Amino acid sequence: MTRTRSAALHTTSLVVGAAVVVPIVFGILGGFKDNGQLFTNPFGLPDPWLPGNYLDALRSTAFWQQAANSVVIAVASTVLVVGVGAMAAYIFARFAFPGREFLFTLFAIGLMFPFAVAILPLFVLLRGMGLLGNPLGVILPQVAFGLPITIVILRSFFRTIPAEVEESAVLDGCGPFRFFWRILLPMARPALGTVSVLAVVGSWNNYLLPLIVFNDSRWWTLPLGVQQFQSQYSADTARILAYVTLAMLPSLVCYALAERQLIGGLTSGLGKG
Amino acid sequence: MLTDERRPAPAAVPPPAEKVRRRRRPWPTVALFLSPALFLFALLVLTPIVVAAYASFFDWNGFGAPGNFVGLENFRRLLTDEIFVGDLRRTLLLVALSLGIQIPISLALAMLLNQPLRGRRVYRMLFFAPYVLSEVVTAVLFTMIFSPNQGLANHITQLIGLGDLGATWLADTDTVMYSLFFVISWKYFGFHTILYLAGRQSIPPELHDAAAMDGAGPWQAFRHITLPLLGPTIRISVFLSVLGTIQLFDMVWVLTGGGPIRSSETLAVTMFQEGFKRFHVGYASAISMVIFLISVTFGLLYQRFVLRRDLEGAVTTMGDQR
Repeated sequence: MTRTRSAALHTTSLVVGAAVVVPIVFGILGGFKDNGQLFTNPFGLPDPWLPGNYLDALRSTAFWQQAANSVVIAVASTVLVVGVGAMAAYIFARFAFPGREFLFTLFAIGLMFPFAVAILPLFVLLRGMGLLGNPLGVILPQVAFGLPITIVILRSFFRTIPAEVEESAVLDGCGPFRFFWRILLPMARPALGTVSVLAVVGSWNNYLLPLIVFNDSRWWTLPLGVQQFQSQYSADTARILAYVTLAMLPSLVCYALAERQLIGGLTSGLGKG
Repeated sequence: MLTDERRPAPAAVPPPAEKVRRRRRPWPTVALFLSPALFLFALLVLTPIVVAAYASFFDWNGFGAPGNFVGLENFRRLLTDEIFVGDLRRTLLLVALSLGIQIPISLALAMLLNQPLRGRRVYRMLFFAPYVLSEVVTAVLFTMIFSPNQGLANHITQLIGLGDLGATWLADTDTVMYSLFFVISWKYFGFHTILYLAGRQSIPPELHDAAAMDGAGPWQAFRHITLPLLGPTIRISVFLSVLGTIQLFDMVWVLTGGGPIRSSETLAVTMFQEGFKRFHVGYASAISMVIFLISVTFGLLYQRFVLRRDLEGAVTTMGDQR
């Protein structure tokens, strides 16, 4: 590689890298400034560092409540969608019965159903079932809409497990339940990881559904809380930046710790039939 | 990843396990394992979509049962609704910008990250980082950045010598769509870059070695080897990008609320406004149906005609990017 070419590549990467980093760092540092500093010194380090906005947010029960709600809803949704999805994928992968292809295609087409299309009737339905304001009103629809991708990925993985494994298990007197629970699931750990990442991230970032289900702040998740905080303190930029930074920290920390798994989980499963 | 798409057609060779099962009366197991998924999917995905289709023929405020049947009136009104027609135009604009600018840039960056470049692992990690943030967090962050006073955007234009444009970015009907597109690209380009990088790295190095021996320059090698072999990845990436744009909601709702004066509304935002703010549930359901029909028609046609070679007819992809 020639020297100029290499320099050009480096410059491009640096510029794009900066375009990604600057907004995030602006948020992190901005949280340590006051609004005057933000105006006169948008790029530099805070002078002086003012941790007040962060401390206020960390001392508020609202922030911790929202973080806890996000965790509870994400964990519950993920456990349910992976459990229910794996059971269905097992049937689609390893049983033959009339109507199987029809049912599977139904789920597969569900991949293209946007949340937005169903949100109005979903609201009416949840209201009828008394699930507005109830975390199940978010968890169950998230599970239902997460089933297609979960089933599609797990089914294709289950199909790769050789039939001999099942045959020998059956010969040893292993029923379908024990085979599923003791042999198939442990063997499918990588695929289960992939669908779990998709489910956790999807739930953690979901906005539209919690927005219509949770009227009062008891069950607000972080995205709702951030947006609400923004409209409440619309003039106080520094305070909002501190709150946004705290809200994006969990995602960024998880990403830093498990970069490979997250990238793998979020990009694989594409094109797997 | 994207490399093992070319499996043999499933129907051709049924796994031997199925024969074992067929003899052993599978129905109780099938029913037991399948019913939870079927129940949830039917109740919370299929029913709402059917209800939306039904409600789109009524003048309904969302309370009680829909009673005032109006036939296709809601759809007829959509055609003359300036906002709705604008939604379609804006969706097209965003699709064109994504395919014309965001996707080529992502592809170029993937080629760049494929070079032996010092620190490319760090760049790779950086580029993907915005993708893990939620649209809401991204939108709130950029609301602050595009704020005319304390925001970063105007300071940057000053810094790179454009002077203080005094631009209002999100508050100006002329610039709002481009600002929106910038934020969308900021969040999503890394995802496409990683897809392309994975696709590029799955191309056997012998092909490029052979081309180099035959005297092909870097551009020729890209044009005649890399690009054709990236075909499946490009098609998937375009598919996801278009589908995501058709369904865009969170980002717009938080960033602009559809404003100023409804100039950045998308289909889903207009649907939300009509349904949840004005209680025109029948009318909003008609918009839902349009989103649904566009998504599914696009999806099926695309898979039938474009992805056919890659997926061998299987109806799949990661539909939801949120």
